Formats: sequence, C-alpha cells, structure tokens
Amino acid sequence: MNPFQYDRASDVSAALMARTRAGAQYLGGGTNLIDLMRETIEHPDVLVDVTGLSRDIEETNGGGLKIGAGVKNTAVAADRRVRERFPLLAQAILAGASAQIRNMATVGGNLMQRTRCIYFYDDAASCNKRNPGDGCDARDGFNRNHAVLGASESCAATHPSDMCVALAALDAVVTVRGKNGSRDIPLPAFHRLPGDTPHIDTVLESGELITAVTLPPNGIAARSCYRKVRDRASYAFALVSVAAGLEMEGGMIRDVRIALGGVAHKPWRAERAEAALRGGPATEAAFRQAAEAELAAAQPLRDNAFKIELAKRVIADTFAKLAQAQGAAQ
Amino acid sequence: MRWIVNRREVEREVDVRTSLLDLLREHLHLFGAKKGCNQGACGACTVLVDGERINSCLALAVQYQGREITTIEGLGAPGALHPLQQAFVEHDGFQCGYCTPGQICSAVGMAAELRNGVPSYVTTDLEAEMIALSHDELRERMSGNLCRCGAYKGIVDAIHETFSDLAAPIPKREAA
Repeated sequence: MNPFQYDRASDVSAALMARTRAGAQYLGGGTNLIDLMRETIEHPDVLVDVTGLSRDIEETNGGGLKIGAGVKNTAVAADRRVRERFPLLAQAILAGASAQIRNMATVGGNLMQRTRCIYFYDDAASCNKRNPGDGCDARDGFNRNHAVLGASESCAATHPSDMCVALAALDAVVTVRGKNGSRDIPLPAFHRLPGDTPHIDTVLESGELITAVTLPPNGIAARSCYRKVRDRASYAFALVSVAAGLEMEGGMIRDVRIALGGVAHKPWRAERAEAALRGGPATEAAFRQAAEAELAAAQPLRDNAFKIELAKRVIADTFAKLAQAQGAAQ
Repeated sequence: MRWIVNRREVEREVDVRTSLLDLLREHLHLFGAKKGCNQGACGACTVLVDGERINSCLALAVQYQGREITTIEGLGAPGALHPLQQAFVEHDGFQCGYCTPGQICSAVGMAAELRNGVPSYVTTDLEAEMIALSHDELRERMSGNLCRCGAYKGIVDAIHETFSDLAAPIPKREAA
C-alpha cells in the first residue's frame, strides 16, 4: 500500500475542499477501497474520510425516504420504514457481502464499489479498466462471471452491487455535491456502460461527493422482492439477480419494475421487459416472453452463456411468485 | 492516536496505513484476532467496535480512533470464559482453533443484531419485531466466518445453545 495522508472531513464543504488536493479520494467504510489499495490497484495520495457525514434517514413528502450517503448498509436494511415500504431494498442489501462488511460499508461507498473482475484485480493481467488501452484478458479468459448485456470489446466486467440493483428498480435518485452546487442523478443513469472508456465507472465529475440517495414514494415497492442466484447460498456475488416489483389489477399488470444484477457493467434496468408487460396479462407465458425480449440482445462470452437462460428463468419465476402472492391476496 | 481496547484506553502513534488488525496484533500484542485472508473473505479477524462486528483487516486503525474495540481477549480469559467460549469447548466448535476468536466475536455481534431486530436475507417476515434464531438464520448470519477444518456442526451447536433464548441478555464479563 502506498503512503497517503488521512483527512477526516468535518462537513461536506470541508470534504469538497480536501478532495481538491492532488491524488485525493473519498473514503467510506473502506471495505472495497482498502482492499484495492492493498492490491495496489488504487493508490490515492490523500484519503478524505467522509463516514462522519450524511448519516440520517429522513422522511420526504408522500412517504419517500432520503438516505444519507454515510448511513451504514446494515442500518438501511434494519430501518423499519425501509422494511415496510421498500422491502426490495432491505432484501438486496441483506443479500450482499457478510454481516461484518454490511456493518462497515456505507450507502455512498456501495454505489462507488468497483468490479470484482479477477483480471481487474490482477495487476499482472491486461485490463482496460485498470490501465486504459492495456487490452482485456477477460474476453478470452475465464469469463463465467462476466457481462452478457451492454459489454464492449474493451470490457466485460459486471457491477458487483446488490443494493444498486434494487435502487435501479425503485427509481432512486442520487444527490451529489460538487464545486458548482448540488445535482440529482437518477440511479439507472449513475453508472456507465463500458464503451471504450471502461476506466470510468460513473457519471460523477471530478471531486463530486454523493450526499444522499432518495427513494420516491412508490406503491409498487411494497409488492417487490429481490432474488439472487449465486454459486453458494450466502456470501457470494450474484451470477444473476432480479429486483422485481409488480402491481396487478384483476389478472392484468398495472405497473411493473425490473432490474437485473450480475449481467452488465451497471445495474440493468430492464425497460424492454417492463414495456412488454405493462398493461398486459400476468401470465407465466407473458413473463417468459418479456424476459426473452430483454435478453434478446445478450451476447455471451466463452463461459457465461448460461447467464442468459438463467436470467430468463429467474425473471419468469420471480414474477410468477409475485403474481401468485397478489392473486392470493385479492 | 487513541482507542479503547478491551475497556482500556491505549495510545500509539502508527503509520496511517496500519489496519485495525495490525494495530491489535503487532502494536498491542493481542493475538486473538487472526490474519486469515486479509481481504474480508474469511472473518478470522472479526472484532466488535462499539458492540458491532466488523472485519478488522479492512479497517484502517486511524479511522476508528476513540472507538471501543473488543477482541476475544476482552470477552473471556482462562478461568473466566465467556459462556460462548465454554460452549465451543463443550460442543467441539473447533479443531485447529484459528477461526475461533473471529467466530466467537462474530456470534456475539450477531446476537446483538438479533436483539436489535436486524433482519437477514433468509428472514421471511421483514416486518417482524422479533426474529428467532433458527438454524437457517444462524447459518446465514454467520456466513462471513469460514472454518477450513469444517467444524461447523459444533460451531452452530455452541452458538445455538448460548444465544437461542433471545430474551436472555447477551452475557458479558464484568468490567475489569
């Protein structure tokens, strides 16, 4: 690990100021950044500790919630309002990492975590994300965990977060502060597809600090769930995950939300599948067709073609269960 | 820099790169918490900070100044074992013992989470006030602690015996 200076920010303005120093980076819970520094993938000259900032969960008009970027992952999942109004988000957070890591990790840090692609982590391998223009050893390497949607010749890495997949389905908004004030970014637009610049993970501009994530009031959120498929029952990254919300009227679908994890460089809001379902019948055939529509553009690499069929089945099965639960409730 | 470690205030000047785990082991000579993977995957370094379990290998010591850190040495001692330590002995909750301090600190933190109503991924009713420590809940909640000997059966039995009655307070040794 390279030497660095440590600076604990007392407020957002102080953090923004400290971040203007050469080689400065923000530090949250450190569960990803400290590891990357130890692996010499990240080498900041200054760490600006922002864990003391933005630590509240506040009510917004109409039953939404504004979650401070410094709130720990466990605290979000345990918050009674989150569990009642946005169960999808609590489930997604609890599906990620281990209890120890969730106790350390912040909401802002979860948004900013980097891919766990083994070639990104291996500084003897070629990686365009770590070293732009270097090439990508994943494309012809072991790519079972890699992206099937939205990947490029430059990069097939996946975004590792579970929480962000739920946030994408919930129309969450990320509030950031920079030298020119605050701005709001819809979660699905916060992370980027790799294109030919995979070293840039998000649309954040230099020095901008995440201060909050806002969940708009949303009736569909109460009828939602998060389903994660992985190589072992707990403490593993997703092969495929689905954040799903369904609102029915009679046998018809009034509203629907779908986001996918483990399949792309960013949390993947499945707009094609949503459009295929909205206003139509809530049948297993319709769910399967919608999944087919979303995955039609999928492009497998050598080892990850299984994810395409897996994603279709997990989407169809998750919605069948949501529809069944609402059918039973009606 | 100052911390409160096992109820005693300690002061050391360390390089800011020093992890909390290295502070405990290399500077304070508390060798209970172990360096297994040093990347947050195994849980052998688990300690309690203000009563919450964390991976001390992923924590910078500088970031935890002023906090109350409890290691296995602060939970029990020869002749005055923590009830969970005693239960690990009785249920053969270890073979080589390397993961044990992390397992025990983690389980004590887990019990506190349960008492505070923190749900897990296998909690079916997210709105429940109380969550019982079922077999599935215990295994899910302890998934951040690996045991390469595979002593899981004894580990699960020991934790279950000690913490299954959540109405009982989490046993704590009196302050020294």
